[in-house]
Amino acid sequence: MARRSQPGNLVTTTIDWAARWAQTQSMWPATFGLACCAIEMMATGTAHHDLARFGMEVFRASPRQADLMIVAGRVSQKMAPVLRQVYDQMPEPKWVISMGACASTGGMFNNYALVQGVDQVVPVDMYVPGCPPGPQSLMHGILTLQRQIMSGEKVTV
Amino acid sequence: MADRRLLETWVSGTEEPDAMPTDEGAQEMGVQESGYRFREQLGAVVTDDYLYEEEVSEDERMIINMGPQHPSTHGVLRLQLELEGEMIKRCRPVIGYLHTGMEKTAETLTYMQGPTNVTRMDYLAPLHNELVYSLATEQLLEVEVPPRAAAIRVLMTELNRVSSHLVALATNGMDIGAISMMMYGFRERELILAFFEKTTGLRMNHNYIRPGGVAADLPPGWRKDVKQILKTIPKRLVQYDDLLKENPIWLARTQGVGVITAEECRAYSITGPILRATGVDWDLRKVFPYSGIGQYEFDVPVGAHGDVYDRYRVRVEEIIQSLRIIEQVADMMPSGDFRVSDRKVTPPPRARIDESMEALIHHFKIFTEGFRAPPGETYAAIESPRGELGCYLVSDGGGKPWRCHIRAPSFYNLQALPVMLAESMVADTIATIASLDPVMGDVDR
Repeated sequence: MARRSQPGNLVTTTIDWAARWAQTQSMWPATFGLACCAIEMMATGTAHHDLARFGMEVFRASPRQADLMIVAGRVSQKMAPVLRQVYDQMPEPKWVISMGACASTGGMFNNYALVQGVDQVVPVDMYVPGCPPGPQSLMHGILTLQRQIMSGEKVTV
Repeated sequence: MADRRLLETWVSGTEEPDAMPTDEGAQEMGVQESGYRFREQLGAVVTDDYLYEEEVSEDERMIINMGPQHPSTHGVLRLQLELEGEMIKRCRPVIGYLHTGMEKTAETLTYMQGPTNVTRMDYLAPLHNELVYSLATEQLLEVEVPPRAAAIRVLMTELNRVSSHLVALATNGMDIGAISMMMYGFRERELILAFFEKTTGLRMNHNYIRPGGVAADLPPGWRKDVKQILKTIPKRLVQYDDLLKENPIWLARTQGVGVITAEECRAYSITGPILRATGVDWDLRKVFPYSGIGQYEFDVPVGAHGDVYDRYRVRVEEIIQSLRIIEQVADMMPSGDFRVSDRKVTPPPRARIDESMEALIHHFKIFTEGFRAPPGETYAAIESPRGELGCYLVSDGGGKPWRCHIRAPSFYNLQALPVMLAESMVADTIATIASLDPVMGDVDR
């Protein structure tokens, strides 16, 4: 909602704005629960925190029907190719939220088994810190991502 | 290594060398080399390598791959299912997609830092992981925790058992199609998590139970919160029973599904609700009481048939029994210190650091190099929501464990899956996995 009227051509910017608005208001996340964060992601989706308020309650089991991947948990070396494949199967436009310390940086596990940050495998749009991030943190990350999509610019908090 | 060199020198399009290494995920389901192996399932003898039986037509056979990215595999479990039409003939779980190297990481962390690491293993029962690690460390040190610490540990772990079973019920319901159960289960879990957050500062992965006691005393007004939980959850359990207990769809999907017998459980060293659902009253809280849990009154609920429905019932009954224990702990909570006063093991109270040089030194020493454990090895086991959770520690006399091995109940329970799934329908796979309640972080570690 940040930049309603942009300089330049009136018609294209309006369509652009409408398209972005549509993209933000019904993001469908792919279920990509890996570890502890997945439980908090599920808790975010259920009644108490109610992700449906943001039009996002429809977690899709098939990546082909999803446009947001929430990488919730630690990504092992064995899981990384699978993660990349799921990402490749998602249709454009698509976004990635890296949820939690392990997905963002490897967290406390600096060892042979884990990918040290999922951004080595897929491009990440938003990092949500925490171990695990609470539902409020995840929702904040999602809302910030929506702002970022609307404005078309990198939003830093 | 030889295989890898072959792969590197092999040119695509030419004839493949004999010993091609398998790439990731190519754990083919081949012939069992040990000849015929028989397995009893519901009285029917199933041969392991049925593939070579004559009467099965080629069109009927199919190998499908389920997971690792599948919403109903409870994380990143991968199953290879060998089907004849709708019938599962063989199932092979493939694990390791969440291998985090935690046992190796444990060797680089001091005993004080250890619970931070192990709490992330079974992330639905983090306090149980911390407890078993702390018990093992205390056995090495030969330290006895004060009664209040032991009581707080029992209180927190039993609350954790309730929250873990609530998630198990929620996901079991969701997987079979009872989405309301999912909403209910997570709703009640929030109650307990709110209490955990108040006490430990975190909703999950608390690092609260540490060698020598617990990290902090219970917050003011904890008794009121616990009473509120004790008042609310039994009422909500009635709701669950209304929803599921006699629901014909639920009964059709769960009764007689995923059956395992007590003998098979013993053979595969399966513990926890899965074993108890077969009618064996084996509960480590009764047979090897820890943390003074023997002084509280509770029953061990058992099932009879060893199917998905009985496991669901056992979990519901266990929630009720855990609430009984919590009530008794809340009433009998002893006063005193919440950790041992041995300053070589636990840090001094914050206020003492301003007053005493020794306290400052102890604080500094504990958080920089920790304490040393005498050489030796030890094994401690507790009853986690999923079964026997054990911790095997070897010390070489240093400040860090030389080896830390966790006996993860989910890992052993997962072995039951091929037994449970043989000769069952594809659709029952989901119900069976959900009733096992595996936590992949616990399996792979």
